[in-house]
Amino acid sequence: MPAMVRKLAQRLGMLQHSFVGGVHPNMHKLTADIAIEECDIAPVHVLPMKQHIGEICSPLVGVGDLVLRGQKIARSEGYLSVPVHAPTSGRVVKIEEHTIPHPSGMGLPSIFIESDGDDKNDESRAPISDWINTDPTQLRERARMCGLAGLGGAVFPTFIKLVQDKRFPIETVVLNGIECEPYLTNDHRLMLEHAEEILEGMAIIMHMVGADSGIIAVEDNKQDAADTMQQALDARSDMENVVVLVLPTRYPQGSEKQLIYTLTGREVPAGKLPMHIGVLCQNVGTTKALYDAVVLGKPLTERTVTVSGDALPNPTNLRVRLGTPVRTLFARQGLEDFSDIQIVHGGPMMGERLKNPDFPVVKSSTGLLAMSVQAMKAAHTVEQPCIRCGHCSEACPVSLVPNLLADQCRSDQFEKAAQYDLFDCIECGACSYVCPSNIPLVHYFRYGKGQLALQRREDSFAEASRKRSEARDARIEREKAEKAARRTRVRQTHAPKTDEAKAETAAETGGGAKPAAEATVADSKTVESKD
Amino acid sequence: MSLIMLSSPHAHGGDSIRMIMLTVMLALLPAAGVSVYLFGWMAVLLIVTCMLTALMTEALCLKWMGRPVSTLLDNSAALTGLFLALTLPAATPWWMAVLGSVFAIVLGKQLYGGLGYNIFNPALSARVILLISFPLNMTTWIMPMSASMGAVEPVINLYDFSTCVTLFFAGPGALGFDAISMASPLGYIKTEATLGVPVADALNAYGYSYLDAFLGFEAGSIGETSALALLIGGIFLLARHSITWHIPFSYIVTVLLLAWLFNALNPDQFATPMFHLFAGGLILCAFFMATDPVSSPVTPLGQVVFGVGCGVITWSIRTWGGYPEGAMFAVLLMNCAVPLIDHYFRPRVYGHKHRNES
Amino acid sequence: MTGLLYALASLGAFALVAGLVLAIAQKVFHIEGDPMVEKLDALLPQTQCGQCGYPGCKPYAVAVASSEAEVNHCVPGGERTMLQIADLMGVEPKDLEAEPAAPMLAFVREDECIGCTLCIKACPVDAIIGAPKQYHTVVADHCTGCNLCVEPCPVDCIDMLMKPELIEHWSWPLPDTKRAQLGHERREQHAGHG
Repeated sequence: MPAMVRKLAQRLGMLQHSFVGGVHPNMHKLTADIAIEECDIAPVHVLPMKQHIGEICSPLVGVGDLVLRGQKIARSEGYLSVPVHAPTSGRVVKIEEHTIPHPSGMGLPSIFIESDGDDKNDESRAPISDWINTDPTQLRERARMCGLAGLGGAVFPTFIKLVQDKRFPIETVVLNGIECEPYLTNDHRLMLEHAEEILEGMAIIMHMVGADSGIIAVEDNKQDAADTMQQALDARSDMENVVVLVLPTRYPQGSEKQLIYTLTGREVPAGKLPMHIGVLCQNVGTTKALYDAVVLGKPLTERTVTVSGDALPNPTNLRVRLGTPVRTLFARQGLEDFSDIQIVHGGPMMGERLKNPDFPVVKSSTGLLAMSVQAMKAAHTVEQPCIRCGHCSEACPVSLVPNLLADQCRSDQFEKAAQYDLFDCIECGACSYVCPSNIPLVHYFRYGKGQLALQRREDSFAEASRKRSEARDARIEREKAEKAARRTRVRQTHAPKTDEAKAETAAETGGGAKPAAEATVADSKTVESKD
Repeated sequence: MSLIMLSSPHAHGGDSIRMIMLTVMLALLPAAGVSVYLFGWMAVLLIVTCMLTALMTEALCLKWMGRPVSTLLDNSAALTGLFLALTLPAATPWWMAVLGSVFAIVLGKQLYGGLGYNIFNPALSARVILLISFPLNMTTWIMPMSASMGAVEPVINLYDFSTCVTLFFAGPGALGFDAISMASPLGYIKTEATLGVPVADALNAYGYSYLDAFLGFEAGSIGETSALALLIGGIFLLARHSITWHIPFSYIVTVLLLAWLFNALNPDQFATPMFHLFAGGLILCAFFMATDPVSSPVTPLGQVVFGVGCGVITWSIRTWGGYPEGAMFAVLLMNCAVPLIDHYFRPRVYGHKHRNES
Repeated sequence: MTGLLYALASLGAFALVAGLVLAIAQKVFHIEGDPMVEKLDALLPQTQCGQCGYPGCKPYAVAVASSEAEVNHCVPGGERTMLQIADLMGVEPKDLEAEPAAPMLAFVREDECIGCTLCIKACPVDAIIGAPKQYHTVVADHCTGCNLCVEPCPVDCIDMLMKPELIEHWSWPLPDTKRAQLGHERREQHAGHG
């Protein structure tokens, strides 16, 4: 529906709220009807020490140690962090740096576990089936110790959101089943195949944050998933205030801020979080993982991954253990020669293009796409001058003016870009998608944000250095003053003797050895006190 | 491909500058078709000359600037040539058409840095340069075929190829006329107004008919006469999402409102809104010229402000200014203000209370 | 002739009055703003390395403020600092004399340290901790890479190492398109011409 007609209809109250902008990319849901397959356990699993937003973990095990599936192998260092667990039983063979799915191509320290084939579980965490009578704080600790992070791709440590803050009570829990990225079908299949577990997870979340109502949001290209969730909902008696809402398919409907606006008509204020307006969003996959952690006592050791792409012979949805080498997964689906292949980690709109498949599956691996070189080239053709058509501004779900921002970032006017709200950009890619001049807008924004962050870091370091330098100068001045004061005191106590001796010997010899000797004694005392 | 860093998104909607320009050219087809119907071979000669000159000039400029000549395949030069041709009077001599096209490409676009960098609408800036440099030629209107209002002898057969070629390359003198000119409706009521004749009487004397003006059977530039053809093109552009409704709507509504207000106060001195709507280049400018993406604002509210400004200036020049037609001046004047408008009328960002807040 | 005299007289009188008004306004509306030295010092990276030829950032700021020193002497600050200083002083930017080196951090090989405290005294930001006859070590988070500690060490046990690139601090480079590079170069060119 054209944007202006939609806005008019909203104003007249004929339509529910709908976020501004957005685009309609080709959805390519090749794997929507393929049930999640269980993937074999790989011979060696590589677990990077940071698979979440926040501080890096430190290894708890050493080379040669035997581990069980679900055993904690790295502990979090700091509040914004979750631990890492072994995905299968086996032996730690090495701990060294390994490439992670990051656009820089850099790596992180990782624990390499060689599987022993038994896949024995660590049974130390007891299932909590009576969670309804369990203190939410305990459940929150369970979420943390099981390593849960946002499985929609953002990998924000889940336990941090699952809190009851008296100042900001949560009224509504939103289950984000939108999955607006092309190709990805994880949440779709999870809802079809594990609806009851997901609902139980949602009930746990509502209990933990003390929310009364809930919304399960599904895009209208997943009507079967919506129906399945509705049936499961009807079968439960304890979730009266939860509804299933089917929303029109539009990218990026699944973006938290846009979803909240569509569902509630309220905007998350800039710089604030959804909890500040009483809403909590949770991804479908994360919710199921929470169910596993609480009710089954299983920490996060696996996730669903959509392995797809226009250049992949057999697209599918897989349940993969964390740490599985991606090359193995592609080989499983019929792809071994990567000479004409472009690998994307995530979805095509916001995922990273990586140089080779030699990296492990991590908590943020929502999708692994094998794109043909032609498809990638078609998406990144030669950049031409901006013709100021304004399509980018129309597509932006945050109502920014991307063409002005990109121009500012390109010409190093970073402070001006910050003034034009560069940091409100969610990097969804809708603007680059519609640009007729093929300008890589999001790339410019990322460059600008990086430069601004760098400048601010340098400026604060320079400021701290100046303070340290001034403190040092002040210290030296202070010490000089103290020494000078001491010297004066010493002179005052020794001075009369020296003067008298001088007067005597001057009268006798007019300056000679004796006064020189005494003068030397006095001098050496002064020398000592100088140091 | 594997060495360079590529940022997401790794998908593209397929839109291109070439498609956008082509869409606008398609939208101009009805107007071009009507111009050929009304002005015969003169229209054809003008359009072909302007477009060819524009393309050749752009090729030369690109070569001198060290840029790939294939850039002119983005259709922007061809579009500028077509625009310019449609704003010229039918009796424009060939060398003025060529000069205009050169001005449009060189002074109106390439000198600023090429596509995307010009502040002013290239076709309009060339048109204004021609108007100021050659005021007589640029206000010499000849009678279109199939028109009856304001008829003045002699009538030239514009369907005759050799007549038109002679007129185009050698001027009216070669056809045996000392001069050919008639007034456009706007020009006529302006001159009559200085003589104190009320608008309604002047229009009667002119033989003015609203229907003829709507269909295009009136004197004027070859592309601006037919409101119908231009409206069809404009609606096509809106439907294809090449332009948004903000500029044309606010521009035209402003002119209509001002005309209606003053006409109600003093009908003898001020023309009716309908007259203003169909007269001169208002619809052409509102739908095609003012909406040129490069020289118009990006933000929706900014576009409305731009349209209102254009409307006020157009109507003011038509009523009180020295020139009978004000649309092209209005658009150019508002073009100057576009960077400022873009800065102050940015949309309200999600999560912020007010616009322009950071 | 009289017309000319009248014109000269009236314009001259007007110029005189305007000049007087300006002179009075300058005195009356004079604003006591931040001293130039403080503003300049705020732009410098505070490495306190002395590569500018002055013993620290503040002395260099003083020298620039009094127009004694050129704007292009700060090596760690690089192009960005030079442009900012030139902009603040209202002078033409000058090309840098030396390329800023990659960021370095000092590192004491503690096994060889003799505890003489000479490096501690040399460090302009007190980034080395230790005491006489005790090992000294560099607090990496405070080290500005100024290099001043290396020479005083009598056993030459201080290395300058490349600052490690942290993945958290990695940022996207400019897009690799011709337009991006062109636009960037043009901006720098224009910046160089004020």
